[in-house]
Amino acid sequence: MENSLPALKIENLSVYYESTPALEGVSLEVADGDYLGIIGPNGGGKTTLLKVILGLIHPTAGSVLVYGKSPGHAGVKIGYVPQIAQMDRRFPITAFEVVLTGRLGRGPKPLHRYTKADREAATQALERVGIAELAARPISALSGGEFQRLLIARAMAAEPRLLLLDEPTASVDAASRERIYSLLGELSRSMTVILVTHDILAVSSQVRSIACLSGRLVYHGEPKLDANTMNALYGCPVELIAHGVPHRVLGEHHGEGGADCQC
Amino acid sequence: MLSALFRYQFMQNAVLAGFFASLLCGVIGVIIIEKKLVMMSGGIAHASYGGVGLGYLLGIEPILGAIGFALASAFGVGALKRRGGARADVLIGLFWSVGMALGIFFVALMPGYPPDMSSYLFGNILAVTRADLWLIASITAVVLIVVFVLFDSWKAYLFDDEFAWIIGQPTVFFEYLLLSIIALSVVALIRVVGIILALAMLTAPAATASLFTKGLGTRMVVSAALSTLFCWAGLAVSYYTGVSSGAAIVTLSGAVCLLSYGVRALAARQIQKHAAKTHAGGEVARK
Repeated sequence: MENSLPALKIENLSVYYESTPALEGVSLEVADGDYLGIIGPNGGGKTTLLKVILGLIHPTAGSVLVYGKSPGHAGVKIGYVPQIAQMDRRFPITAFEVVLTGRLGRGPKPLHRYTKADREAATQALERVGIAELAARPISALSGGEFQRLLIARAMAAEPRLLLLDEPTASVDAASRERIYSLLGELSRSMTVILVTHDILAVSSQVRSIACLSGRLVYHGEPKLDANTMNALYGCPVELIAHGVPHRVLGEHHGEGGADCQC
Repeated sequence: MLSALFRYQFMQNAVLAGFFASLLCGVIGVIIIEKKLVMMSGGIAHASYGGVGLGYLLGIEPILGAIGFALASAFGVGALKRRGGARADVLIGLFWSVGMALGIFFVALMPGYPPDMSSYLFGNILAVTRADLWLIASITAVVLIVVFVLFDSWKAYLFDDEFAWIIGQPTVFFEYLLLSIIALSVVALIRVVGIILALAMLTAPAATASLFTKGLGTRMVVSAALSTLFCWAGLAVSYYTGVSSGAAIVTLSGAVCLLSYGVRALAARQIQKHAAKTHAGGEVARK
């Protein structure tokens, strides 16, 4: 990549909701072209971190730079895939129209018409996520996995430099999950990808680096987790079973295991 | 009724007012349902009563006072909600009844006999004047132009405002623009069905249309057509029976809407049963 600026540079970031800290003292640098998985317990600040990067939430303290610029829509093109659980799927719109909105661009568009190039890009994005044949369907007639892939297609249609995904495999079937991971692996070759997930095992076999968030940044580095990190992250040793995973995520357990843990 | 339509200007005004108001209801009704702003619209409508009262007190056209109050309350709720200081439903409830209270208060301060305010509460389409008609037609034109000129942006904003903001759409601008056109539409409806009944006219046609349309644009068109139908039919009922026009229009709209929901629920059950039966039949045949 031609640019040596880091995709993301976070310094000493803290976010408070009223007096409750969601994130405290997080510093994190993500290189251009990286594929980062962010894991952590519920309430660990994963979604908050994404929203700060997007500019939807303002930090209480600290600084965030996306390719050297402040977050917000004035900056770099960012693709965002929200959690599907938060979306209204009764809205009267077809899959194709949803992807087209990714092509709208900046500023209000009086008398706007999508161009032929926009339509082609939208079709291409739908093909890449594997739901081109569903283009004319209203979104209310899509399954969870199809809708999730649709939102990825919409983010791709915007041709982002940085792609952020919030739990893209949380509520989808196994086939869609496979498909989403192989697609993200492919996309990560041409853009920086940051993925928030619960899916610890799968993500470790996919991403190039991993960050563990539990209010603070517990770990950032190679996607190899040991018991100490998991302990710090979830407050107790988490039983990780490595069956069917290309490589072992956890290092070997040493000494005191989960025997004395109440959770 | 047809001969009356040609003979009396008040009938022509009523028919045209119903038509323009229906275009508004079609477009704005669909938006407020999808954006979950129905109660907000009700709050704006009722808050505008304060403006009617102030208009009488100051001796200006009450409907202009209503526009002022409707816009002020829409922006007020929007700004307070944006700050996150208070819950939206609490604010709407407050604006709703405080606006009504102010209307009563202002009228009570007037010297002499109090004016009859019930036409603002329940509307009277047969009393629409040429001036009212111009006001309704202008508001309709402004709202339709604002919606259709920016249609693609609206679609992105209404479907997912967070994403729209991320790709660079000015969503705060759209939010306030939307609140303004809702406020204007509500005031236009006051002359036709009144403050109290406006909510049904905004929701019933759009909700009925939502049962059998799948696109945003078609839903708006169908909803406007249904609303026109309800308005004119209600007007006819009112003309022949002497029932208040607002009540006739709203009762008719509400009845058709609820009936459609019922028919749709029954039809859905029949389709399910049929599907289950043919599915089971196929299983048996395969064995």
